[in-house]
Order: sequence, then structure tokens, then C-alpha cells
Amino acid sequence: MDIALEQVGYTYAAGTPFQKRALHDVNVRIPSGSYTAIIGHTGSGKSTLLQHLNGLLKPTAGRVRIGDTEVTKETKGKQLKPVRRKVGIVFQFPEHQLFEETVLKDVMFGPLNFGVQEEEAKARALRWINRLGLPEGTAEKSPFDLSGGQMRRVAIAGVLAMEPDVLVLDEPTAGLDPAGRKEIMDLFYELHEQRDMTTILVTHSMEDAARYADHMIVMHDGTDVLQGPPGEVFGDAERLAGWRLGVPRTVSFQRLYEEGAGLPHGPAALTEEQLASYLAAHLGEGGSAS
Amino acid sequence: MERILSLQDIRFSYTPDDPDSRFAVDGVSFDMQAGEWIAVVGHNGSGKSTLARLIIGLLFPQEGTVGLFGDPLTEDNLWEKRSQMGMVFQNPDNQFVGATVQDDVAFALENNGIPFGEMTLRVQNALEQVKMDTFLDHEPHHLSGGQKQRVAIAGALALRPRLLILDEATSMLDPQGREEVIRVILELREKTGLSVISITHDLEEALLADRVVIMNGGRKFAEGTPQDVFLKGEALTALGLDLPFAMRLSALLKEQGIPTEPGTMTERKLVEQLWTLHSNR
Ligand SMILES: Nc1ncnc2c1ncn2[C@@H]1O[C@H](COP(=O)(O)OP(=O)(O)OP(=O)(O)O)[C@@H](O)[C@H]1O
Ligand SMILES: Nc1ncnc2c1ncn2[C@@H]1O[C@H](COP(=O)(O)OP(=O)(O)OP(=O)(O)O)[C@@H](O)[C@H]1O
Ligand SMILES: [Mg+2]
Ligand SMILES: [Mg+2]
Repeated sequence: MDIALEQVGYTYAAGTPFQKRALHDVNVRIPSGSYTAIIGHTGSGKSTLLQHLNGLLKPTAGRVRIGDTEVTKETKGKQLKPVRRKVGIVFQFPEHQLFEETVLKDVMFGPLNFGVQEEEAKARALRWINRLGLPEGTAEKSPFDLSGGQMRRVAIAGVLAMEPDVLVLDEPTAGLDPAGRKEIMDLFYELHEQRDMTTILVTHSMEDAARYADHMIVMHDGTDVLQGPPGEVFGDAERLAGWRLGVPRTVSFQRLYEEGAGLPHGPAALTEEQLASYLAAHLGEGGSAS
Repeated sequence: MERILSLQDIRFSYTPDDPDSRFAVDGVSFDMQAGEWIAVVGHNGSGKSTLARLIIGLLFPQEGTVGLFGDPLTEDNLWEKRSQMGMVFQNPDNQFVGATVQDDVAFALENNGIPFGEMTLRVQNALEQVKMDTFLDHEPHHLSGGQKQRVAIAGALALRPRLLILDEATSMLDPQGREEVIRVILELREKTGLSVISITHDLEEALLADRVVIMNGGRKFAEGTPQDVFLKGEALTALGLDLPFAMRLSALLKEQGIPTEPGTMTERKLVEQLWTLHSNR
């Protein structure tokens, strides 16, 4: 399902004294089956943009195309139900999507709401609760009697149980412990590969963007300023600094090494494995890789 | 040096009447000196936030004592002790009480009886420190995730606390914003002797601490300087943790036949070794 935003603008509380323009003139295209990372400094409009991807917010200007559905400010809520079934969003704050009495009911809610039978919904929910590494007995607990990272895992389980075609993730690893963070990012990637799930990740982790994404969108002050593959986006640190953004740790380390060793800049190392191979090629026996 | 915090064998369960219940915090002890920066790390559900709630007296332990600024914490001295602490919660939305950003930051000051003139000054100052001084009249709930965290931090800084407790307070800031906030807090510590407990999943941040406490299943697994605790290496991965970047990269380089000095934890130290290898090549 291709997604495209054309000249999208969004103003919160439009027409009141509190109005706040959060997006303007956004033109982005997210090809079906891609893994797109969206980066941008605090307040640049990333979460606002994400909420347009399943019609939670309707643009106050321009149009959003989600597969065959077009959303403009005139679109009615009930036209959006099919979109909501196909596009699952994990919100920035997990508490914003938890509401049921028990974790099990919470994770079952999505599938039930979209017509999955009770038995199947329960089986799916239990499967995802388990997959997200939640401790024994969590299913029967209230989602509000959990630790922050446990709530995050429940919120993710709830969205994955819907088995969406498009998975939209707003800072999904905030609050996860380091091992969980890696496991869950790998899980998203596996789903992306195996089910051809279109994946859209908003993140402050340049490392995750570099490692997992094949396409990137850079937001700055409410509009898109750059789109391209990670190698290209992270190849130009100076340009990113102009938008108050940095490069992944792998790249900053690589540049530090190159400058100290008097070497020209090589292609940006997007993962730790790539960085290690690059360094080894320079330092290894007889090695000069440049 | 003055001891500002002393936890003695504290135990806490959220469901003490349930015979099967586990302790969320299970016999934890440690001390803290004035001016120290302690990072608390550990897997999800290991008891870090519960520990923080026990320290600021939102919860009371069923066993053991929490000593603060020289006295055991009791129901009677709770308000006096709490007025000397600032806490930033894991979810800033749970913390906001004011209708506007400036009211929100002012709220606790008003409660502590700070005179109006001084209060406005402190509110302005704290919001400047986190770069949110252009949002004075915004509604806190209607901000972006990172903006909310900045306002919550300003609320704690404005109190000018002796002990600041940050519960993943920078998890939604961009890397630059995170660095700025940490710098502000380090400066305050330098100037005022502020003590900081920072609960974090960011191991690079933990490297900056004087001491690291590692939690595991409600218990204290280890305590020591970052150098000491990260030397445990792979054992930490089994606890839901990881190693800092420089250590992970060193391990990958070793696989590729490039040896580095054991226990190299910072990028600076690692790159210097690589430069030497490069010039000796
Ligand atoms: N509900 C709201 N009402 C009014 N303004 C809002 C609302 N939510 C966000 N804003 C404003 O819109 C702008 C964009 O916010 P958004 O949440 O999209 O940013 P973001 O890029 O997701 O930031 P962060 O990285 O901090 O989460 C910000 O200036 C914010 O203050
Ligand atoms: N309000 C509550 N009621 C009942 N149990 C709770 C409550 N809050 C937390 N718990 C449980 O207590 C244990 C410790 O939780 P705590 O929030 O202290 O963990 P944490 O180390 O802060 O985790 P995280 O990294 O996920 O924030 C967990 O097993 C959690 O499920
Ligand atoms: Mg956001
Ligand atoms: Mg916590």
C-alpha cells in the first residue's frame, strides 16, 4: 500500500487564539514494502505527521493518500475504518493507547474490533504477549500496574496482534531496556521482511535509522527537508547539523578515526559490523583499503 | 562528606496481602554522598521506578529504612524532606498539573511557599535552561513528546533541589537535546553540589556517572564505578543490558583480528589505540 502526502499542512486548534501550525507543505512518498525512518529535532512535526497515516488527524491543507483512500479535511470518519484496520500505530507514549482492565483484553481489543473471532483473538493476544517478552502472569494484570517498559511492550503487542499491513512506530524503543530494544527492533525487521510489511519508524536513534531503514525522511520546523537512503542522508554531517541533527555513533567514530589517521572520508558505516570491517580493512595485515 | 541518602535493606511489594506476590524492590541497600551522580540501570520491571518512588516517599517500604539528609524518612517529616527533592517521572503527562507551562513549573514552588517575585524569576530561569522559555502560555499536554520532557525537567530544576531524581527523563529528546540537558545538570552539580540519581537505559549516559547501580529482579545486582560494572561484560547482556559502544566495537574488532586493550570503554580511548595501530602499520 503506497502512502503519499501532497502539500499537507496541519494546524492544531485552527481558528482559535491557541492555533499552532505544526506542518506545512509536506510532500512525501512512502513506497509499499519500504522501511522508512523519519528523523527530526524535538517539535519538528514527526508525531503530527504520523497521525495522518491512518486518518487520526486529517490534514487542514493538502491531501494524504493511503492505498486507495484519499484523506482531506472533508473526509468523514467512517470512511477511514478500513484504513485503521490496515495501518497500526504504536504511539510515542504507551499510556495513550492502553485502556482495558487487563493486558489480555487490551491486546485482544484491536483484533476483536476488526471482526476477528473471540477464540482467535485470544490466541493471537497470548502469542504476542509472550513474544514481547512480558513476564508470566502479565496477561491478567491491569496494564496500568506495570512498569514503563512493560507498558510499552503491551502497547506494541496490541498493535502487532492486529496484523497490520503498515506498521507505524513513534519512538517505539523509548523505555525499553537495551536487550529488549534490540530484540524488538529485530522483531519489527523480521516482520517487515517476512510479511513485506511497510514499516515507518520515527526515531531519535540515528543508529536505528541507519541500521534498519532503506529510506529516510528528514523533518525540520514542520516540513520535509530531505529524503533519501541512509547512506546518503548520513553521508553529509554538516548538512544534518544545520537541522540540529547528528550522524549515528558509527559514522561519528569513523570520521574521528579517519581525520586522526589522515584518511579521506569513506562511505558512511551504517552498522557496527560495517564499521568494524571498514576499520579492519585499514588496519589489518598489509591492509590499506582505500 | 555529607551522606544525603542511605537505603537500608528496603523491601516493597505492590500487593503485600497476596501470598504469591513478589517484591518489586527486594532488600536493596546503598548510600549516596552529597554531589554524587548515580546511574541506576536494569531490565524492564527490575524495580527502578519503584525505588525512586520509595526515595521520594510516594511509597513506603514494608521493610527497611530510607534515610534522607541524615534522618529516617517518616510520615511526619515527609513534606520537609520532599521539599528538598525534585523528581522527573517516566511519563511527563502524569506529572503536569498546571494549565500552562509557566503555571505548571510554578506549581510546586507555590506549594513550597516561595515568594511571588522569586518564583517568577526561577520559573523563567528553569525554562530558559531547557530552552522552553518561548512556550510559557502553552498547555503542557499539548506539546510534543520531547517538549513535555523538557518542561517536566524545568519543573524539577526550578525547585533547586538538593537531590534530583530523573526517571528516564531524557528518553524522548533528540541526541543533541539530551546532551544539552545533561550538560545543564552537570553544571548545576558543579555550582550547587546537587546530587543526582538518574534512572536510564542509555548506557553511554551511565558511563558519565560516578557510580552505577545495576538492578535485577528487584535486587541490587552490582554497584560500582562505570569501569567496574561494565567489566562484567557479557554477564550484563543476560540481565537485559548491553555494553557501551566502544566495548561492543572492540569485541567486533577482536573478531576481525584487531586487538584492543581490555576494558576500553570510551570512544576517545578506543580511537587513540586505533590511531596508534594505524601509524605503526
Ligand atoms: N495537541 C497539540 N496542540 C497544539 N500544538 C501541538 C499539539 N501537539 C503538538 N503540538 C505542537 O506541534 C509541533 C509539532 O509537534 P510534534 O508532536 O509533531 O513534534 P515531534 O517532531 O513529534 O517532536 P518530539 O520529537 O518532541 O516528539 C510542536 O511545536 C508542538 O508544540
Ligand atoms: N502500580 C503497580 N501495581 C502493581 N505492580 C506494579 C506497579 N508498578 C510496577 N509494578 C510491578 O513492579 C515491578 C517493578 O516495576 P518498576 O516500575 O519499578 O520497574 P522499572 O525497573 O522501573 O522498569 P522499566 O524499565 O520498565 O521502567 C514490575 O514487575 C512491575 O510490573
Ligand atoms: Mg513526537
Ligand atoms: Mg520505570
